Amino acid sequence: MAINWFKYSAPTTFYGLAGKLIPWFAVSAAVLCIVGLYIGFVVAPADAQQGEFYRIIFIHVPSSILSMFLYLIMAAYAAMGLIFNTRLSSMMASAIAPTGALFAFISLWTGALWGKPMWGAWWVWDARLTSELILLFLYLGFISLHASIDDPRRADRAAALLAIVGSVNVPIIYFSVKWWNTLHQGSTIKFTGTSMHIAMQQAMFTMLVACWLYAITVTLMRVRSIILERERHTKWITELAEVKS
Amino acid sequence: MLEVSNLACSRGDHRLFSDLSFALYPGQIMQIQGANGSGKTSLLRTLCGFIIPDDGKISWCGEDVRELDEAYFAEMMYLGHLNAIKDELSALENLRISAGLSGTELNEKDAVAALRRMGLRGRERLPTKVLSQGQRRRVALARLLVSDARLWILDEPLTALDVGAVALIQELIAEHLARLGMVIFTTHQPLEVAGMEMRSLSLS
Amino acid sequence: MKKLSLFSLLMLVVRRDLVLAMRRRADVLTTLIFFVMVVSLFPLGVGPEMGMLRKMAPGVLWVAALLASMLSLGRLFSADYLDGTLEQMLLAPQSLSVLVLGKMASHWMVSGLPLVLMTPVLGLQFDMSIQAIGVLILGLLLGTPILSMVGAIGAALTLGLRGGGVLLSLLVLPLCIPVLIFGTGAVEAVTSGLSVSSHLSLMGALLVLALVFTPWVTAQALRISME
Repeated sequence: MAINWFKYSAPTTFYGLAGKLIPWFAVSAAVLCIVGLYIGFVVAPADAQQGEFYRIIFIHVPSSILSMFLYLIMAAYAAMGLIFNTRLSSMMASAIAPTGALFAFISLWTGALWGKPMWGAWWVWDARLTSELILLFLYLGFISLHASIDDPRRADRAAALLAIVGSVNVPIIYFSVKWWNTLHQGSTIKFTGTSMHIAMQQAMFTMLVACWLYAITVTLMRVRSIILERERHTKWITELAEVKS
Repeated sequence: MLEVSNLACSRGDHRLFSDLSFALYPGQIMQIQGANGSGKTSLLRTLCGFIIPDDGKISWCGEDVRELDEAYFAEMMYLGHLNAIKDELSALENLRISAGLSGTELNEKDAVAALRRMGLRGRERLPTKVLSQGQRRRVALARLLVSDARLWILDEPLTALDVGAVALIQELIAEHLARLGMVIFTTHQPLEVAGMEMRSLSLS
Repeated sequence: MKKLSLFSLLMLVVRRDLVLAMRRRADVLTTLIFFVMVVSLFPLGVGPEMGMLRKMAPGVLWVAALLASMLSLGRLFSADYLDGTLEQMLLAPQSLSVLVLGKMASHWMVSGLPLVLMTPVLGLQFDMSIQAIGVLILGLLLGTPILSMVGAIGAALTLGLRGGGVLLSLLVLPLCIPVLIFGTGAVEAVTSGLSVSSHLSLMGALLVLALVFTPWVTAQALRISME
């Protein structure tokens, strides 16, 4: 059965599709989040070395992973918008950015909370944390460039170019920060990966999936509002039931 | 020749024009008419490739200008609202540099001759910041004399010019058309070219 | 009429921007004075203890150089944008990338090179060894052109925007972190008796990468901003 995927790349059809999908993603994100937190905070045993403190990784690790992946996905959407001039791709890119920035922020915050009992300092200049901070700066740059350009088309295209330059730079930045860190013998957050209890793995994985589903849910919601805002003068928007009422 | 088909352009949410089609053949001149804000400048900027049209195609000698890109730029010359001259440089330096940017090397003798024809005798070496508005416009218009572009795109070429200079521009345009050049322009002042049919396009 | 070669086009732009900078000398001087001032504020802020100043010097000089170049980047395209020259440049039939490269080169000569030349004096203020100053200068020579080139992308993207200057720094500073790390790392390596070649060759690699990609990216950014 052939599905016409291009049909869904038009904002008109995507708006409706996204509206139907959002409840499913939202509910499964909420359920998995509760399950993951339950396993992580109740079922999983305390760590031999870190005691109860380690449990913050169930939030910290998924949000770090997501913040990095979301940047790449955002850059990919932005690049598609720039090259193929597809409006929806650019809208997706600007819808992803705040969520990515939020995850980068959560990752930094939880990293700091974890650092205090572990090293006695809220902030350590660890390679991962430092890269995460720079990633947050990159997100903020993308968002503020987009926000300060009035013309939406120029904003999309300029921010897209920035995202592409940023994503080319991310590996270079990560490598240089890591190198800087080893030169200065900074502290490194190490995960006792092999000795991870099976319940810990389950909790981590469940939380990761929950975070993905959450990211998809809010991105779709945001993309719907962007479509409404950008296309407010078109006929199909004025005929929508939720707009009429 | 320049061919425009089904061109549509908007700024922000506002649609300026759509389904605009025309063709300009060698030796023809066309005036774009319309009230303020009707999209005259946007049309000219779209023809230059600054603005990507929402819809439609612009072709030069049968090929899409977006694909020709720099080959098209070599054949055309744009004079906008802004004079593109530097206050700190003299008229002579300005003219030679802008010729250089458009890819041709202009020697001093030719540049001086062009400026003199534009009525700037004795002011060639003064920094342009001491010149009057009209004189600066003349420096910018001197580029018409030293360019071998076939298509001239002129946005309000006559602003700040006196009667003598307007006559001179009319003369230059007539010469250009006689060489089978093409001109597309906007103006709020009357501009007549002797012996030439003036086509006009109204934007509303 | 004679056609210009790409190289003479490059030279034309460089010469033009240098002439303009010479006729507006105040702009050049303010960047340099800013650099000297920021560097001189540090001892006042952290105290005159020589051992600490010596250790901080490369970082302080590099960060000050970064900030100084951000300050001057706003002017890279804005004058040409305001008087319409940029429109003519976008219509250049030869290569916009070459024009952009020329503007980057002259920007570096006007705002990067003076900082490098000023560095020995400032290094002495911080009691750096001759060897360390030498490596610092070498690093700055390789690194400041990268700042001009990467910064040009930001300058092109923020062209004509309100509050463009601050936004420009926000966009460009994170991208310049590798340059900062390799530049200061080289000085630290030499003071602790290690080889500096790996730092400087990485910096050289970044310079080559920037030379290859940034002119084209900046040209695209200019086309986006002029729409």
